[in-house]
Amino acid sequence: MKKTALYERHALLGGTIVDFGDWAMPVQYTKVIEEHNATRHRAGLFDICHMGEIEIKGRQAFDLLQLALSRNLQNQYPGQMKLGLLLNAQGGIMDDVTVYPLKEDAYLLVTNAATKDRDYQWLQKIKQEKGFDEVSIMDISDRTGKLDLQGPVSEAILQKVVPEPLNELKYYHALHTSVSSIPAMISRSGYTGEDGFEIYAAAEKIGNLWDDLLDVGGSYGLRPVGLGARDTLRLEAGLMLNGAEMDETVTPYEVVYGWITNMEKGFIGKAALEQLKREGFNRKLVGFTMTDRGIARHGYKVFMEGQKVGYVTSGTFSPTLGKAIGLAFVPPVCQEPGTVIEIEIRNNRAKARIVSLPFYKRKR
Amino acid sequence: MSKVNPTDRKYSKDHEWILDHGDGIATLGITDHAQELLTDIVYVELPEIGKKVTSGDAIAAVESVKSVSDIFSPISGEVIDVNRKLEASPNLINADAFGEGWIVKLNMDDAAAGSALMNADEYESMIVADRQ
Repeated sequence: MKKTALYERHALLGGTIVDFGDWAMPVQYTKVIEEHNATRHRAGLFDICHMGEIEIKGRQAFDLLQLALSRNLQNQYPGQMKLGLLLNAQGGIMDDVTVYPLKEDAYLLVTNAATKDRDYQWLQKIKQEKGFDEVSIMDISDRTGKLDLQGPVSEAILQKVVPEPLNELKYYHALHTSVSSIPAMISRSGYTGEDGFEIYAAAEKIGNLWDDLLDVGGSYGLRPVGLGARDTLRLEAGLMLNGAEMDETVTPYEVVYGWITNMEKGFIGKAALEQLKREGFNRKLVGFTMTDRGIARHGYKVFMEGQKVGYVTSGTFSPTLGKAIGLAFVPPVCQEPGTVIEIEIRNNRAKARIVSLPFYKRKR
Repeated sequence: MSKVNPTDRKYSKDHEWILDHGDGIATLGITDHAQELLTDIVYVELPEIGKKVTSGDAIAAVESVKSVSDIFSPISGEVIDVNRKLEASPNLINADAFGEGWIVKLNMDDAAAGSALMNADEYESMIVADRQ
């Protein structure tokens, strides 16, 4: 298994280490619910070093990314970050990525851990086939460290170690700065539904950053948080996970990613999506809460009026709501909030109700 | 660190405990070590009273935030009682796996069935071996 620069620290903190896509990652340090609640009410610090970073530079960098991504990057400026999708020729989702323009003709693409190598090869293939000779594509994952600081007091914590006024940093915007005097890029974003920051710095410095943030954040209630709570937090926020809700057979319109798919411009997968839009999609991702007892899990079958109509993509117990929640694919006719479905949990069919997403929305 | 495994009961390799009351009835639960591994128990699926189980059958299911685990009965018999408190407070298993967190009571088919299971020392040795 691959280890991040923080592996030794996780072990020292008593983290339970699991194999996560060939990465040795902490699933929890204490308990999932405690770490979940710490992030919702105070702050949590996450090791995200396993995710991929790809730098795309050169005069044709914008053109390559416009073709590779369904999102229109036309008006994006340095300091703004955007979510985007890499699609295959059939319109299937290869990855959901974040895009940071660094300066003129230079972009940083942040990928999922398991899809990074494939994304890299795919971008190289586009470069070669389309003759984007003036683009360099570099996998800088090994030398890039990443931490997520999430939760309502994360600004107060980070402000202690960042010189610029953070209250001026808008959501989904980035800043090149220093954190604890270590050069870093931060963005106001994350994957938990809370206010928070994603922090990028050199891999060899990320341990110092981790230590400093835990030190400074201690009095604010900051805690290290593992992948277990990361998953319950993102699910409550209605955020999708690559490999659960998305894979290469899933198109943006079937999940809730129509908004980052711009049919006004050309991109790989567009023709297939146009055809699918004409023909209609036969499934839609929805949120549900269990009304009967039980917890639905990935892969469980969904029934309506006795007929199997779909399947669960993610499900868990929501610590914030105190009930079982999940995401499922169902036929579009079943997608209305309030619709009653049944989920086969072991040998029983338990009732659930379709609800609008997200399950949890923070007060601003 | 797990609590000490009580010596008044027997243990299975799947981390269930059986307390034989000597009148043909046994109480079944999961060990403190098992609840530590599961963490954060949020739901327990209990069997119907009257259900007949054969040794090795799934008798209940315990869900943590992240996963679901079947509880296998290491003995055969009929379910005569279930711990209804677990419906409202599944974390009783986390708090007191050997006491308040018991799961079911069984009328054993064979009063001596539990004797083939591990005693507390043997079970402790197994956990230690698992950790290494």
